Amino acid sequence: MTVVRLLDQDRPMLHFTLDGGPAEARQGDTVLTALLTLGTTVRTSEFGDGPRAGFCWMGACQDCFLLVDGVAARACGTLVAAGMSVVRR
Amino acid sequence: MSVVVVGAGPAGVRAVERLVNGGQRPAWIDEAPDGGGRVFQKPPPGFARRGAALYGEDAGRAHSLHAALEALKPRTDWRPGTLVWNLRPGPRLLDLQGDAGHSTLAYDQLILCTGAMDRVVPIPGWTQPGVTSLGAAQIALKTQGLAMGRRVALCGTGPLLLLLAWQLTKAGAAPALVLDSTPWATTLRAAPGLARNPLMALRGLGWLARLTVRTGAVPLRIEPGCTGLVWRDGRGEHRTEVDAVALGWGLKPETQLADLAGVPFAFDPLQRLWLPERDAAGRTAVPGVFLAGDGASVGGSVMAELGGARAALVVLGDTGAEAARLDRAIAREARFRTALERAYPYPHALAAAMPDDTLLCRCEAITAADLRASVAPDINRGKALTRVGMGRCQGRLCGPPAAEVLAAALGCDIAEVGRLRGQMPVKPVPMA
Ligand code: FES
Repeated sequence: MTVVRLLDQDRPMLHFTLDGGPAEARQGDTVLTALLTLGTTVRTSEFGDGPRAGFCWMGACQDCFLLVDGVAARACGTLVAAGMSVVRR
Repeated sequence: MSVVVVGAGPAGVRAVERLVNGGQRPAWIDEAPDGGGRVFQKPPPGFARRGAALYGEDAGRAHSLHAALEALKPRTDWRPGTLVWNLRPGPRLLDLQGDAGHSTLAYDQLILCTGAMDRVVPIPGWTQPGVTSLGAAQIALKTQGLAMGRRVALCGTGPLLLLLAWQLTKAGAAPALVLDSTPWATTLRAAPGLARNPLMALRGLGWLARLTVRTGAVPLRIEPGCTGLVWRDGRGEHRTEVDAVALGWGLKPETQLADLAGVPFAFDPLQRLWLPERDAAGRTAVPGVFLAGDGASVGGSVMAELGGARAALVVLGDTGAEAARLDRAIAREARFRTALERAYPYPHALAAAMPDDTLLCRCEAITAADLRASVAPDINRGKALTRVGMGRCQGRLCGPPAAEVLAAALGCDIAEVGRLRGQMPVKPVPMA
């Protein structure tokens, strides 16, 4: 999937780490936005049905869980911060 | 008297406003980092769009609600970024998780304004990246400035489907395909009821005139990699190339806290949902517990503002002229809502007939075949036998379609299979 940055994207760049490697987002991006605009997903289903990338974007489906600075967090409800460590599951 | 309001959307803001005007200083909790709810959600700091660019024709109402929110924060015990993950009705305690960790909060009177989420019909391929709810696609546009793809298909029914199609078109990202499961004839039959609220009806028709919406059309499956959508209308099966699909057949209330509070539920045959029982003023059978807004029954943001204010007046013991005025407005809005439900019904036959290999429960990867094979006598036995609805979302997504699948498999009425009972924690919480 290719999420498209359509409107209101003139915001400062932020650097964070994704699975230990360098990655970029924009100030105000959620972790979910950052990952999907980078063309990647959030996690791999523990049941073998492939990648997952959230569904509801409102904290209800719990399908966007990953680790933010070592703590389980929802990608859709977490804003990217400079230097943040994001680890996919 | 300690009063707690859960939720800072349209219902919560207007409830707190009346409470503060009545001399109370309620505790006010929202899970999001700021108030506004979903309809009037604000983008995070750093975004430039304001007013009509975000909220369209509702910009005036959004402005009014946000102004009230800001004025009220310092006059309450305002706790944003806080999840109520449990409710203990005996001692009247809420268990909270916020930035500062776990805590408890006592209440004498509690107004739950917990909002709603999308109601879906799972179809094969719906768990893949690229497939989201309609609400998600709208949140992405509004609060992140994103389109979900370059060839987006919107599938579902109801006002949100049309509104989002229109918003994307205006933003220069017209959807590749819009499928409305409701046949035109059904919508038109409800039109006289919709005319009771001319503003909404006119807006609906205005949007429709400028969009290509295929009515009586349903999605059948999303191809691997979310590269194509197979769908059906009265003329047969079709395939459209897509890179994103958004699904949503109306909304369903977030009733988990009402359930934990012990509020009785009743089956609503029109919405085909179990709803917490409350009167028009938001009173429930549980002393001290009130419900308002979409979290009680989906009624839209106008109804939410009215319901929040009305419940607060009950808490204050205010039976004056304003209560009577609100009662009349609520009754009017409720009639419009009934017409809207008739105009855009949940396509239960589509859910009941979902292919065997559909991942009905996305949390636990349970297929429709698994549930059918269980021949469970009701949905809670079905949950115990198959784990359907036992995952992280607690059946928020799969509950209603699972009930349709099971009722069809048993050949019984949907009300007979019951409803998935709520459990704490209502959402996963990191246990410190
Ligand atoms: S996308 Fe559903 S909880 Fe984050």
